Amino acid sequence: MIHEKAVVTENRRLAEGVFSTVFRTEAARISKAGQFVMVGTGSDSRLLKRPISISGADPLSGELRLVYRTVGYGTTELSLSKEGDAFDILGPAGNGFPVEKASGKKNILLVAGGIGAPPLLYLLRELKKTGAGGDCITAVLGYRGEKYGLFLKDEFEKEAKVIISSDDGSVGVQGTVMDAIREKVTEADLIFACGPLGMLKAVKGYASEKGIPAYISLEEKMACGVGACLGCVVKTAAEDPHSHVNNARICTEGPVFEASEVMI
Amino acid sequence: MSVDLSVDIAGVSFKNPVMDASGTFGSGMEYSEFVDLNKLGAVVTKGVSDSPWEGNQTPRIAETPSGMMNAIGLQNPGIDVFIERDLRFLEGFDTNVIVNVCGHTEEEYLKVVERLADQKSVRMLEINVSCPNVKTGGIAFGTDARMLEHITSEIKKKAAQPVIMKLSPNVTNIAEMGRAAESGGADAISLINTLMAMKIDIHKRDFAIANKTGGLSGPAIRPVAVRMVYEVSHAVKVPVIGMGGITNGEDAIEFMMAGASAIAVGMYNFHDPGAMLKVIKGIEDFCEKTGVRAVRELTGCVG
Repeated sequence: MIHEKAVVTENRRLAEGVFSTVFRTEAARISKAGQFVMVGTGSDSRLLKRPISISGADPLSGELRLVYRTVGYGTTELSLSKEGDAFDILGPAGNGFPVEKASGKKNILLVAGGIGAPPLLYLLRELKKTGAGGDCITAVLGYRGEKYGLFLKDEFEKEAKVIISSDDGSVGVQGTVMDAIREKVTEADLIFACGPLGMLKAVKGYASEKGIPAYISLEEKMACGVGACLGCVVKTAAEDPHSHVNNARICTEGPVFEASEVMI
Repeated sequence: MSVDLSVDIAGVSFKNPVMDASGTFGSGMEYSEFVDLNKLGAVVTKGVSDSPWEGNQTPRIAETPSGMMNAIGLQNPGIDVFIERDLRFLEGFDTNVIVNVCGHTEEEYLKVVERLADQKSVRMLEINVSCPNVKTGGIAFGTDARMLEHITSEIKKKAAQPVIMKLSPNVTNIAEMGRAAESGGADAISLINTLMAMKIDIHKRDFAIANKTGGLSGPAIRPVAVRMVYEVSHAVKVPVIGMGGITNGEDAIEFMMAGASAIAVGMYNFHDPGAMLKVIKGIEDFCEKTGVRAVRELTGCVG
C-alpha cells in the first residue's frame, strides 16, 4: 500500500454533484478494479481519510482516477481541487473484484446504481483487457434522471452493451436497475454490482433466485482503511477466518464479497 | 548530543516512551507495512477477551471536530487465536508487548490474565476497565472506585506481568480512581480512555453510530486528557502512561510535563499511519533543541 501526497492532474464536473478527479500517484501502478483509496482532507479538524473507489488507473502514466458524489466536507473539498493541488492518499486498499471469475463466462452483467458505477467502469476495462467476457458484457446503469446527468454512460457505451434505468423515467426503463434487468436482461452467468445497499440486497436476491454467482462491492464508514480499527465490518454467513466471529472487515476482506457470503 | 529516550515503567525498560493506544493499531500486523515496530517503545494490542467477541452493530464510527467517535464493542478473536497468531507475530519484533485485557465479568478478566501468565513475550498487561461501549463489565469496574480497587487486587493475585490499569475519564474525580487502582496494587496507570459522546445525523434523524453513544478520541480531547494525567500523576506514586489526542512530539512532551512517564498515540494513527515514528522524532528534536539529555527528566516537570 502506498501512503503519499498525490497531485491532482485533472478535475472536472461530470453531472450535478458528481466529479472526476485524476491524481498522479504510485498507487496507480499497483491498483486493481474494485479497490479503493483513502483520501485525506486538507483540514486540521477533519482527520479521517475518506474511502473512495478507484474508477480507473494507468500503471504506465501513474494516473489514478476517482469519480465520486459530493456528500460532505471531504468530497466537496476534493471537488473544488485544481491541477497541482496535493492530497494525502493511502492505498490501494481492499481486495478488488475477482476478474479471474469471468474466465469462460458468456454473459457478464455489471449492475451499477448511481455512484456505484465508477468502480465497475474500471472493472469493465480490466475485463476487456483480459478478453474475459469478450463482447458479451452488459452494463445496467441506474440514474436519477436525465436532468441530473448521465455520468460515465458514454464511457460504458464504448466498451459494453448498456441498459439504463432512471427513477423519473426520463431515460431508459423507468424504475430501478432491477426493473431494467427483469425487463431487458435474458441471460447472465456472472454478476458484478456496486450501488446503494437496497440495490445490492435486490441483486443478491436476484442472483440467488437465478443461481448466478454475484460479486458485490460494499461501503461503510471507515477510520483506518487498513484493517486495524474494525470500524467497517459486515455480518457474514460463516465465521470469518480472520476475525473468528461472523464479521468481515469491508476494508480488508472486502469491499467485494460474493453476495451469499454477507448478511446484508 | 544524543538524547536518552529510554524510560522505565514498573521495572520494564522501554527504548522510548512512545506506544500505540489500544484499539487503534490492531496487534501491529496491519500497520507493520508503514511502521517499523522495532522502533516503538511498545506495541499495545487491541483488547482481548476470554472468548471471541462480535462487537457492536455498524455504523461503528463517526468523524467529529478534531476527532472521532467509535463504538466497536471490543470485537476480538479471543485469547486462543490471539496467542497463536497475534502474539506469535509480535514476538518477531524487538519491542515491548503490552496486552490489553477486557472482560464482562471479573472471572472473564482473570481467565485472560491467567492464560497469559506463561507467555514470556508479554511484558505487561493493560486492563481495560474503561470501555464505554460494552454494556456490562468494562466501564462498570472503571467508574466505581471500590470496584476498581477490588478488581485490580484480584488481577494482581493472578498476573505474572506488571499490571497497568487503564482509567476511564467518565468520572467525577479521576484522582480518586487513580488512588483506587494504586491501592489495589496497580503497577502503573494509563489514561485516558475515550470520553462518552453522542452524534446525531440530522438528515437521517438518527444516531450517527448504531450504539447511540460512542467514545470520543482525538485532538479534541487532549486538554481534558492532559488535566487528568496531571491530577492522577500527582495523586499516585506509580508511573502514568498518558494518552488522548497526541499528534506529534510537542503533544507528547506536554503529557510528559504534566506527569506521564510514557505516552500513547491513538486516533492519529488513522490520520497518519506513520504518526508514531514522527512523534518519536519530535520528542528527540525537542530534547536536542532545549538541551534535555534524558527524556525522563521531563516527567512531571511542571507543577
